[in-house]
Amino acid sequence: MKVSKFSLAVLSSTQKLALIIVVAGVLLILPFITDDYIKSICIQTCIYIILALSLNLVTGFAGQLVLGHAAFYGIGAYVAALLMIKINVNFFISMICGMAVSGLFGFLLSLPTLKLKGDYLAIVTLGFGEIVRLVFVNWTEMTRGPLGLSGISKPSILGFKFDSYTRFYLLALALVVVVVIFMKRLVESGVGMSMSCVKADEIATESIGIKPVKYKRLAFVLSAAFAGMAGAVYASYITFISPTTFVYNTSVTILAMVVLGGLASIPGTVIGALVLTMIPELLRFLNDYRMLIYGALMVIMMIYRPQGFYGAEKRVRNVFKKNSQRRSP
Amino acid sequence: MFTQQLMNGITVGGIYAMIALGYTMVYGILKIVNFAHGDVFMLGTFLALFCTQTLGLGYWIAFPIAAAATAAAAMIIERAAYRNIRSADKLAVLISALGVSIFLQNLAQLVWGTGTHPFKSEIALVTFKIGGVTLSNIQIGIIILCLVLMGILYYTVTKTKIGVAMRAVSQSIPNARLMGVNTDRIISFTFGIGSALACVAGIFVGIYYDAVFPAMGYNYGLKAFAAAILGGIGSVPGAMIGGFVIGIVETLGGAYISAGYRDAFAFGILILVLIFKPSGILGKLRVEKV
Repeated sequence: MKVSKFSLAVLSSTQKLALIIVVAGVLLILPFITDDYIKSICIQTCIYIILALSLNLVTGFAGQLVLGHAAFYGIGAYVAALLMIKINVNFFISMICGMAVSGLFGFLLSLPTLKLKGDYLAIVTLGFGEIVRLVFVNWTEMTRGPLGLSGISKPSILGFKFDSYTRFYLLALALVVVVVIFMKRLVESGVGMSMSCVKADEIATESIGIKPVKYKRLAFVLSAAFAGMAGAVYASYITFISPTTFVYNTSVTILAMVVLGGLASIPGTVIGALVLTMIPELLRFLNDYRMLIYGALMVIMMIYRPQGFYGAEKRVRNVFKKNSQRRSP
Repeated sequence: MFTQQLMNGITVGGIYAMIALGYTMVYGILKIVNFAHGDVFMLGTFLALFCTQTLGLGYWIAFPIAAAATAAAAMIIERAAYRNIRSADKLAVLISALGVSIFLQNLAQLVWGTGTHPFKSEIALVTFKIGGVTLSNIQIGIIILCLVLMGILYYTVTKTKIGVAMRAVSQSIPNARLMGVNTDRIISFTFGIGSALACVAGIFVGIYYDAVFPAMGYNYGLKAFAAAILGGIGSVPGAMIGGFVIGIVETLGGAYISAGYRDAFAFGILILVLIFKPSGILGKLRVEKV
């Protein structure tokens, strides 16, 4: 078991703290020294980070390949948008409702599909993604079909409106921090361990008394809920949503972020999302070739480095060693 | 009206069946779902389009060339993207297949654009009216050719030596190797045959609908996969039956229930089959060994 060259675990606690302070400082200063364009890219990146982290939970940690993730993104977006447009509900409440409905659909989808293994599960989730998209397009009474929903308001709380790029950026950043902390705590908890066990060997996990279905289902629900959160944020940010955002290509892009960044690695996924959101912006001229490159990269990564750029060779935590003796294997 | 739609359904079903055969054979041998198969089908169609329209070759030359080229392409894909990771983690193979699928689809979009191309079939349309049902010569041709080709495949798999080798490899790769079967070559051959059939199916789509587009790999591929699952993945006759059933249900559903949700019927069947009878109509339930 090799120590990954880029592993954060080789840093001491003080060095880690210093790193966090520096990064936090940069991120907080950012909106005041850059222009709107940079801020808009950052907000987009934040949304994708949340999406990628949500997919990472179900695909990276629980090992279930979900190909219709954009559906949960869309459900969260449409629910939040409709609440905000039709009954003027506050953004934060709409977001939570969006998360709840998405999570519910995650649960519903998990009911029939968790009996299935890898390939079948992937295709069924793909089919689910397609069906949801078709509903967005055809249920015109609610969703206005291809015309989409416009006029979604920006978030506001107690009179304070997040209507500038700076304010929205800080909100998005705050949400990302919340999600990252949640994911990290989840993954390092007993629940997270169980999910990793399920991914590693389902039969062995069941034989020691851990029910794989329960943890897979939980992963599905949580991952759907957070995708819904991202959807709500997206809806309020762009103030307009239409079915074309929640298509198969989007699901693939999110998967690419997780796969390239590192399956089952939170920092890896964040980096994956960062890279795959920013690089297309910087290399605009490659836009036509973007998906082509993603596809090729996925194949190459799977052949040469299936754990992604950042994933560790093996992920084992020795809880019995003291902090100073802990090595990342 | 009903019989009319039924005949339309059978025509489309034959096409789905031919594509489904590729999925089912590869799954039977490697136990992986070749995500890229739908896009190989699309590639075959566009290769045929290229041969007929850009190169201006006559049908009887262009189509075999396209089929052979598609088979070659599939074998290259197998060699490059699947061979070395076959033994590894299932998730890795799945993602690699997905990567190939995305690559092919976008490659086609780059070369031919995302829009729909006409296929411009030179076959003169002749319609027959039999008892209130209008059939075209194209439809009859497609149905007959599908049945013939599937019959040839079935014969190959069950009665010939290479068919025995294929079935041996599908049962156990190491044991087949012990029996002297060159498993790598048989696997390549399987990919090749499935893809050649898919190319022919694509040509039928082009002639029948006079419309081909890069996303058709995704579209038809998913439905063909549903057909393969319905019939019992790994089973050649199952894929044939599944294809026809999906074609008929989809056409009738689209005609009588809802045109907008037409594509959803296949997905719906897929989900239902996977919930209630994952082994499909003719499949065997596989027990996972520890």
